[in-house]
Amino acid sequence: MTTATSKEELLIVKEQDVVPLRNRVKEYGVKIGMSILNQTKLITATSELVRNLLKYGGGGKVIIESVSNGRDQGVRVTFIDNGPGIKDISLAMKDGYSTGKSLGLGLPGTKRLVNEFDIQTELGNGTTVTIIKWKNG
Amino acid sequence: MQNNLLASLKEHQNKLLTTWSQLLQANGSTDGATEEEESKEFAALLLDALHYSNGNTDSDELEKVHDLLIGISSSRGRRGFSPRENAQYLIAFKEAASKILSEVESDPSKLYTANLQLSTILDNMAILTFESYMKGREDVISRQIDEISEISTPVIRVWDGVVALPIIGTLDSSRTQVVMENLLQQIVDTGSSIAILDISGVPAVDSLVAQHLIKTVSATRLMGAECIISGIRPEIAQTVVHLGIDLTGIITKASLASALQTAFDMLQLTVVKRK
Amino acid sequence: MGDFLLVTIQVDLYDQLAENLESDLINTINKNNSKGVLIDISAVSIIDSFMGRILGNIAVMSKIMDAQTVVVGMQPAVAITLVELGLSLNGVISALNVEKGMDLLRAKMYNGDNEEQTYDDSNQ
Repeated sequence: MTTATSKEELLIVKEQDVVPLRNRVKEYGVKIGMSILNQTKLITATSELVRNLLKYGGGGKVIIESVSNGRDQGVRVTFIDNGPGIKDISLAMKDGYSTGKSLGLGLPGTKRLVNEFDIQTELGNGTTVTIIKWKNG
Repeated sequence: MQNNLLASLKEHQNKLLTTWSQLLQANGSTDGATEEEESKEFAALLLDALHYSNGNTDSDELEKVHDLLIGISSSRGRRGFSPRENAQYLIAFKEAASKILSEVESDPSKLYTANLQLSTILDNMAILTFESYMKGREDVISRQIDEISEISTPVIRVWDGVVALPIIGTLDSSRTQVVMENLLQQIVDTGSSIAILDISGVPAVDSLVAQHLIKTVSATRLMGAECIISGIRPEIAQTVVHLGIDLTGIITKASLASALQTAFDMLQLTVVKRK
Repeated sequence: MGDFLLVTIQVDLYDQLAENLESDLINTINKNNSKGVLIDISAVSIIDSFMGRILGNIAVMSKIMDAQTVVVGMQPAVAITLVELGLSLNGVISALNVEKGMDLLRAKMYNGDNEEQTYDDSNQ
């Protein structure tokens, strides 16, 4: 059981929104006493996903939450866009695949940085990605 | 209220204790004097609680019994009782109480209600002992994990500019994280440009362990230091090749001594024997 | 700093800033005819794939212009994260700190060594 304690929502429409978002995510990590390494992984994952959100989803919103599963505390970040969605999820999750002009390690690389990774997408109806990084994960 | 049978059990406390200890002796989950004390205290408190809670299976009085029980079961746990024996301890109490109930009451429907309440209360307690037993174990395990990960990654400064880290035991992904963090932090702190990772103490290298080693080497290189892996035993070399793991991008040495020699070469140092 | 250019990145860059850094740096190399570039990233707390690409680009671009790039001072947490992410920063040479980075650049210039190797391990 994962329960959320505090929560906030940020609108992401332009590149300049990325740094404030990273800072907010970092504050959430610091608040629960997450190690520097786990903070760095979480913020890097956030950065990768928010870049996708801007590039493929044309912007959207990001929800940051403090969560707890009884044994451990963590930070959950949800990225919601109303873009075109992803046609082939299994292909997008493959190492080395990319449609944009990036290095093609976006999604699978990002998944390795966090403890929980969930992606919901529907053609024409946008994409929602949820990640959780546990404090001791 | 006089009509609650469980409340009246208090009057038969001594008899109950005797029956209970007989049952415990019969199934072997007893160890004498310490237990007798505990059992007496427990029975007294529980019977009091039953007396005052008057048929209520979830009262404040019973909460107090729970606290005592957690203490008893952890003390029994330390004395070597299994969780199964702890549960039998309570089940025996239930049997004893139920026996006495049937002696003092003949009305089947009253007896049935009382037994049902008794079961609810004691089953709850049995679950509680299991939980506290598990919790005790989990605490021990997590403390040991912390200790192991702390003692198992000592970074040794073997020379000016050279650090070594002997890995002992299995290398899983969480352990790799700790190893990498410690190693890289030491590299920064000591300004060392060469790190030696000695795997003599790693029992087996499979593709996953190899991947962890490769990651550690890559991270070291990203920082601007070189990483040598030493302690490759013959059987490790064999499995690595049989599994088709590619370690060609990594400097590997059979022993820590030859790794150190390589490090000296890189630093353009020579060790000479005094004439 | 002689033939070398030292760039210290102080803040976490967002994309446009990073792209500006790339073009500014390349122009400065050209103007000063620099032979080596040191990029100090010790104050950078995260490097994502975009930032990694910018660093890679700078390294390759400066190389074509006959200047060697060395990235110095990467934080341990950043290095581990890059490895987990799967980003190897190919073509980027790194050193622990500015001092060691300078040594590396000098050594490369005297040897005319163009190999992408921190150390010469020909005696393996």
